[in-house]
Amino acid sequence: MNVVVPFEGIGASVRRKEDLRFLSGRGQYTDDIVRPGQTAAYILRSPHAHATIRAIDTAAAKAMPGVVAVFTGADMAGIGGLPCGWQIHSKDGSPMAEPKHPVLAEGKVRHVGDPVAVVIAETRAQAKDAAEAIQVDYAVLPSAATMEAALAPGAPLIHEGAPGNLCYDWHIGDKAANDAAFARAAKVVSFETTNNRLVPNAMEPRAALGDYDPTTGEYTLWTTSQNPHVIRLLMGAFVLQIPEAKLRVVAPDVGGGFGSKIYHYAEEAIVTWAAGKIGRPVKWTAERTESFQSDAHGRDHVTKAELALDADGRFLALRVSTKANMGAYLSTFAPCVPTYLYATLLAGVYTTPTIYAEVKAVFTNTVPVDAYRGAGRPEATYLLERLVDIAAAETGIDRIEIRRRNFIPTDAFPYQTPVALQYDSGNYHATLDEALKAADWAGFEARRAEAAKRGKLRGIGCSTYLEACGIAPSAVVGSLGARAGLYEVGTIRVHPTGSVTVLTGAHSHGQGHETTFAQLVADRLGVPVAQVDVVHGDTAKVPFGMGTYGSRSLAVGGSAMFKAMDKVIAKGKKIAAHLMEASVEDIEFDRGTFRVAGTDKAKSLAEIALAAYVPHNYPIEELEPGLEETAFYDPKNFTYPGGCHVAEVEIDPETGRATVVTFTAVDDVGRVINPMIVEGQVQGGVAQGIGQALLEQAVYDENGQLLSASMMDYTMPRADDLPLVGVATHTTLCTHNPLGVKGCGEVGAIGSPPAVMNAVVDALRDYGVRHIEMPATPAKIWGIINAGRPMAAE
Amino acid sequence: MPQVTLTVNGKAHTVEVEGRTLLVELLREKLRLTGTHVGCDTSQCGACVVHVNGDSVKSCTMLALQADGAQVTTIEGLAKPDGTLHPMQEAFREYHALQCGFCTPGMVMSAIDLVQKHPQGLSEKEIREGLEGNLCRCTGYHNIVKAIAAAADVMHGKRTEVARAAE
Amino acid sequence: MYDFAYHKPTSVADAVKILAADPDARPISGGQTLLPALKHRLNKPSVVVDLSGIAELRGIRREGDRIIIGAMTRHAEVANSAEVKAAIPALAKLAGSIGDVQVRNRGTIGGSVSNNDPAADYPSAVLALDATIVTDKRRIAADDFFLGMFTTALEPGELLMAIEFPIPEKAGYAKMKNPASRYVMAGAFVAKTKSGVRVAINGAGPCVFRQSMMEQALSANWSPDAVAGIKQDPEGLNGDIHGSAEYRAHLVTVMAKRAVADAG
Repeated sequence: MNVVVPFEGIGASVRRKEDLRFLSGRGQYTDDIVRPGQTAAYILRSPHAHATIRAIDTAAAKAMPGVVAVFTGADMAGIGGLPCGWQIHSKDGSPMAEPKHPVLAEGKVRHVGDPVAVVIAETRAQAKDAAEAIQVDYAVLPSAATMEAALAPGAPLIHEGAPGNLCYDWHIGDKAANDAAFARAAKVVSFETTNNRLVPNAMEPRAALGDYDPTTGEYTLWTTSQNPHVIRLLMGAFVLQIPEAKLRVVAPDVGGGFGSKIYHYAEEAIVTWAAGKIGRPVKWTAERTESFQSDAHGRDHVTKAELALDADGRFLALRVSTKANMGAYLSTFAPCVPTYLYATLLAGVYTTPTIYAEVKAVFTNTVPVDAYRGAGRPEATYLLERLVDIAAAETGIDRIEIRRRNFIPTDAFPYQTPVALQYDSGNYHATLDEALKAADWAGFEARRAEAAKRGKLRGIGCSTYLEACGIAPSAVVGSLGARAGLYEVGTIRVHPTGSVTVLTGAHSHGQGHETTFAQLVADRLGVPVAQVDVVHGDTAKVPFGMGTYGSRSLAVGGSAMFKAMDKVIAKGKKIAAHLMEASVEDIEFDRGTFRVAGTDKAKSLAEIALAAYVPHNYPIEELEPGLEETAFYDPKNFTYPGGCHVAEVEIDPETGRATVVTFTAVDDVGRVINPMIVEGQVQGGVAQGIGQALLEQAVYDENGQLLSASMMDYTMPRADDLPLVGVATHTTLCTHNPLGVKGCGEVGAIGSPPAVMNAVVDALRDYGVRHIEMPATPAKIWGIINAGRPMAAE
Repeated sequence: MPQVTLTVNGKAHTVEVEGRTLLVELLREKLRLTGTHVGCDTSQCGACVVHVNGDSVKSCTMLALQADGAQVTTIEGLAKPDGTLHPMQEAFREYHALQCGFCTPGMVMSAIDLVQKHPQGLSEKEIREGLEGNLCRCTGYHNIVKAIAAAADVMHGKRTEVARAAE
Repeated sequence: MYDFAYHKPTSVADAVKILAADPDARPISGGQTLLPALKHRLNKPSVVVDLSGIAELRGIRREGDRIIIGAMTRHAEVANSAEVKAAIPALAKLAGSIGDVQVRNRGTIGGSVSNNDPAADYPSAVLALDATIVTDKRRIAADDFFLGMFTTALEPGELLMAIEFPIPEKAGYAKMKNPASRYVMAGAFVAKTKSGVRVAINGAGPCVFRQSMMEQALSANWSPDAVAGIKQDPEGLNGDIHGSAEYRAHLVTVMAKRAVADAG
């Protein structure tokens, strides 16, 4: 009778439940869904970066085969604009410029890809055929495709309400104290850098399917979203004025997001509104080239930074001046990314006592820019870790030693940074030591020499970093301009026969929550993973939620579940006490068993649940029947995962091509629920970070035309571009959430770009390279090699 | 309207299509086999890979009419009728070689063809090069490479079951 | 894409007849370049003529000192062909490096060569090996075939049926792939043929071209060193976000060197 059941609780690499449908082709992604009477929508988009619309003639399009309707901005007059979820104030206290972001263009287009009209037809091909028959009379305007062009005197004005194309001019830190520290410095290291603009390119293109039931007045939107409740709120309250009870938003299986599927996009409002207008479901699915022009892009900062050091290489002060590209319109979270998710991270893992940062957010005639995996923290980390390497080179202090000298000591927690954040726990010495050992940093010079014999330039680099995620404490972010709370919701529904349904406001689009969240329940309530059903992504089923991004699902969503389980256990104890005729204080609970302390009287969770739903022998005077509890969890702080990444690259000097030959990540993500999942998240993040460092860049020409308009010109990392990625974790628990978790979804993309670039610069050390911009493409590296001469004497 | 006759996962179908209907559109829209996905419009991402007459092809870069008379296998056709997974499907699950699942059907189909065409085995480099036509944004390919190597051992008869992934 | 009528003739004569009848008719072989173009609505053919049903367009055979490859032969077939691997291994290797696995299972030599994409692989082999293009009307020497970007000597409605490759004494190929598209950024196919040394450069310019300075140098001294010092003039070469004309010019020399080393 001794059946060995493999452990499924916290710390187990349980294989994923969701895999079974994905591996059999039975996933249900938005484009897979077909509703009765469904029509197809095709969006006509602006081919110009900046133009006024003099007239739109849709008569010919409306007459084409299969066309049901054609709508333009004029038809949608009265619809609200797409809202922005975060308001930043400038240095002078004035609120940011917040121009309207219309669903369909209203008299003007501001980027290539700006939606102008929608054709709805029986098939997508017919809709596309008809879209070509729409005549748009554009008056092309001069455009500002770069921040430099947008800020130049006399630049074309993109929005009436944003003079100088400036959205805000923000700062953080004590400038006077910062200046004084610089004045005292033994050495000042400065550099300028660009954080390259990226296209997230989740493999599933965005899609939206709107439906309207006239008998109930209910709208349903299926959408590729990371946060259906947020879409319901934004679209229902601000755009279409549909009450929550009449609007259901479903995010079914979603094929990757990385931030790009957080935002409320025009297409969601278009299909929902149009379904109501024509009385038939309307489905829109992006073509990939269309995604390049309509998904929010990421990064795109230009920064000048200076680090002041004393004679021993200790950091005295940091000052940073950044211009951040907003694109043509404010996307949902855009303003907070280069401010509260970036500048507040500029202490990194170091004890720099004073930090001052100013950030100008700029409108340009390009696709809107918003959070993309890491959202502000890759930008901060890249800046810091390149600056530290440059400081090491210019002071002659070893790159590792200069980091150690400035690490926040292990006994300094909680550590208050000079940029608002307070870190709860961390051990940067430990993650550095472990990473250096795992990567055999000490043995590198021999590998460099061996590579040289093969005619290759080999370099090694590291980054020591942390980030702030698990977003976020509502009151704190509210005081900083957030227009939403950032709590999370979890319901634990114990069924009469003891199985459990979890309703979570988090959303899984690759993270494996259907398995890992079930593990939390298995661990605490003793219910096998196979009997725990995790429901997410449907506003009709899940009470509320803020969704998945910012590495918050476990830290905030898991904590909400934990709190709900607290309530279940508390209620269960009362029921158990009644059933076992003991006092509640004598009831102990452990993994599914309620026991009277010091006795062998025990009841299982299943027995308690049955009693709760069939309350015959039950404390009915004091306790309601049922066993279902909900918790809303508002985190007390951000969480602070971090660690050390080490990259080794080899450069073929004849072609300039750099490849990462080994990559080692040692990350502290707090308590690890499922090591296999954590490794996968880090490996995927590192792939995106290597992509940013060596391969990817969204490029516009001076007329605002997207030159990297498809995957033919935007380099997506392939299997033969990447190495195996060694992942280890070192755990210091988060001190302020019940699980002790910190989050792991973004660390891979945050720590890796500077590790790779530090290695590239190291590989090119004989060419006198101080800094090289990302992406370090073959042409760029070759340019450096060709221009420079080997500095070392042979 | 033209007609195309083809066998999909062992079942014969005759379907009305336009000249411009792509094989992937026939599969997804006419036959409601939505396991095969569309991820790009430049024939690069491989989410649409199926087997046509035993070879992996991008079903988005083939007209339905070009598949007239062909035997097509999609992701839905891999598992046995009793639900037993193909070793490649088993390996992908065991090695956590998928996250969002969108690239997975095409990745699995490409991987099976790759392993079948290399009975002598594949190095890590050969696996990576063989996946040039399949993009994944989630996994970084690390576990995909491991899964394919493990499945190859079973498909080439070196093991009877997919080896457990190292903890 | 725009809709079109579809035909699948079983003979060259039928195919030619359909193409002659309609100036907007287009042949399709593997479709790996035509279909992406049609999907982006870059072309609007009225009729698409599927050549895959024409048996005489398929097959690889050796005839004396030539390898003859039918237009409908898939890249994977050339890559795996025992005859090609034995006689012109560099050609088999080139075919095995085109695109990716799935492209190689469908794409054909006839489609690639008649399309003459500057970034394609085959044109460099055809030019360097001094091949002969056999159409339904005539035989065209490689030197007379590639006229400009996406332009060949083929007349409207003329069908490429086979390519005859004289077997060289030595041949080698090397290329640098565009990191995004994986097409050729700069490539060199070098061959020691009966008519002398030939060096064909693809990817770097608007059309495949012969590098005569390198041909002269290699004629005097067949070795990578012979071409290592020869600078390709960047004038007229492609420049884009992936690399300047100067960079491509530099790659031409590097790839030529590597191709000679590859040839042995």
